[in-house]
Amino acid sequence: MSEEAPPKIMRRKPVTDHPMSDLLRIDRFPHVWCPTCGLGTIVNCLGTSILKTPEVDPNHIAVVSGIGCAGRGAGYLRFDSFHTTHGRALPFATGLSLSRPDMKVIVFSGDGDIVSIGGNHLIHAARRNMDMVVICVNNFIYAMTGGQTAPTTPTHARSSTSPFGNSDPPFNLPYLAASCGATYVARWTALHVRRLQKSISEVLKKKGFSFIEVISPCPTLYARLNNLGTGLDLMRFYHDNSEINNDADLKSLDINFKGKIICGKFVDLDSPTYRDRYDEENEHILGDKFIPYDLPDFPHISSNSDKEKIEK
Amino acid sequence: MTGKIKQIKTVPADPRGVLTGSHYLDGDHAAAEGCIAAGSRFFAGYPITPATEIAERVSARFPRIGGIFVQMEDELASMNAILGASWGGAKAMTCTSGPGFSLMMENFGLGIMLETPCVLANVQRGGPSTGLPTLVAQSDMMQARWGSHGDYEVIALVPDSPQECFDLTITAFNYSELYRMPILIMMDECVGHMTERVIIPEADKIRIVPRRYTTESPSTYLPYKADDDLIPPMPPVGEGYRFHVTGLTHDEKGYPVMNAATQKKLVSRLINKVKDHAEEIIITDEKYMDDAEIVLLSYGITGRVAIPAIEKAREEGLKVGSMRLKTVWPFPEKRIREMSKHIKGFVFPELNMGQVVLEAERCACGNCKVVRVPHAGGWVHDPEVIYDAIKEAAK
Repeated sequence: MSEEAPPKIMRRKPVTDHPMSDLLRIDRFPHVWCPTCGLGTIVNCLGTSILKTPEVDPNHIAVVSGIGCAGRGAGYLRFDSFHTTHGRALPFATGLSLSRPDMKVIVFSGDGDIVSIGGNHLIHAARRNMDMVVICVNNFIYAMTGGQTAPTTPTHARSSTSPFGNSDPPFNLPYLAASCGATYVARWTALHVRRLQKSISEVLKKKGFSFIEVISPCPTLYARLNNLGTGLDLMRFYHDNSEINNDADLKSLDINFKGKIICGKFVDLDSPTYRDRYDEENEHILGDKFIPYDLPDFPHISSNSDKEKIEK
Repeated sequence: MTGKIKQIKTVPADPRGVLTGSHYLDGDHAAAEGCIAAGSRFFAGYPITPATEIAERVSARFPRIGGIFVQMEDELASMNAILGASWGGAKAMTCTSGPGFSLMMENFGLGIMLETPCVLANVQRGGPSTGLPTLVAQSDMMQARWGSHGDYEVIALVPDSPQECFDLTITAFNYSELYRMPILIMMDECVGHMTERVIIPEADKIRIVPRRYTTESPSTYLPYKADDDLIPPMPPVGEGYRFHVTGLTHDEKGYPVMNAATQKKLVSRLINKVKDHAEEIIITDEKYMDDAEIVLLSYGITGRVAIPAIEKAREEGLKVGSMRLKTVWPFPEKRIREMSKHIKGFVFPELNMGQVVLEAERCACGNCKVVRVPHAGGWVHDPEVIYDAIKEAAK
């Protein structure tokens, strides 16, 4: 009998690590988000964009969140991350961004946090063109507290504080951000993962106030209270009812209950930031007497020699 | 009892910001100079009478010394902006008065919880609500102590003159770095708008406490692992520590942990890091205390208003001593308790209807008289009223 070679078995390399383990706080998993919630997908998009944008050093990214489901984002992203108070992620990020222009500051929070209680900060940070990226996850509802009406809840949609239907009109977020001076404005849904990743990669390389609205399924509250099925059904809804139109008139971007969702990159322009204008204005008047703000003193341990010193 | 505060080397002030010399300044402007001399290069503020002049002076001075000023949209934003800037590594300050102080309270609590060094000056005016925007009061003293929700300790310094506005602002910045927390400067309209001589020393005579950064490597560092003195060293942002901080109850790692044991450990440490170092934090200005049978307790402008009353009483043979608190919080509990066993009484004038005097009453615990001298604000006490109160205590 001739000896036969054992059949070759194609084996995949064993997976020992989460592909994004450097960017996630795996030690905090499982996370608090519900099954089929869109937040996991959106966090994944953010991570993927960062991995695909070598121009940005992950050590130079700071994530600031407020309070709410999306507000937990800062807790799962492995950057210098700050979980602040309800609505105040933007002013906290303003201080951080101004004091550390070498950092890329990303605000990751929800619609209730950024647009309702923090609405004043949103319009002013946009007006000043503060150098930061805002990822505003819009699930149409206050989910963490049990599904109350948000300033983004579509008219007629039910919530736990509008049990017979919401009588208020919702904000049109891209229009709001753009009219206040945001220099990059986009809207995607949690289904548009590649387009969302591309948008995030673009804003990571950009200076100024960037605003990305991400429509995200809330299966536990928004879908349940409105008989819209599961998170997967909502994703199917996005598939069937979203339309990409980068040239859409910003005024036409209202979202009606069970209505069409127009997505796209609506604004992308270059404009001087708060810091640029502050420096320019003061230098214009003070001339040589103007001294620009410099980084504060802190131990620079990312440079190798210092790192070794500390590790010893 | 915890270890003494870990000795931190002080450094001389950056001469670029120090206007060495003799000046004629009001308290607000002096506080602004103190902020600059202490090395602050980030200020976020929102206009409010009678604190606005601090922000105005800073906004004019900063572009010439490498600082960055931002006028925020409201006081909530100002407070948060200084927290963010402080985490970025800057020494940061904001100022406000009554209504704005109320708005800042939630995020003052965030500063306490995240253990963020920064300075908040409240130039007190009459309240409640809009109250007396242009007139003096000292009626936010209990709000300073308890204004944000939850259990915590605060450090509040109270100046009585423009010179002290300068000096104590520097002390406030130093305390904020030593104890890793927001520090309150409880000025008042009178001190803020009073113009006097202010001596600004040479830069090398002004000692500055630099931030206590961790010496751990990013792989072993824990953001809320405190040293023996209960103060956790801070991480530099952007250097690979990838730390997480949260306003939720958290463990040493900075991760949220929702249970009673973690809550007890964290809140106890936040309280004890102040309580255990109270002796080092409390500063007083004392006079005629050696033979005092009656002690006049005071803080801020009221301490100066009381001087003629004390002098008059002493001329008449009453043994009155004066103890002006430059640190009102933490309250000098031990001293007052001890003193109450040996003296006839305390007299405590304040520009409020009776706030810090409650602490004196608590500490005196019936051992001696505590005479309240309340005043609703809008003007300072008539020294005669304080004199009458001294007489009453002497009875």
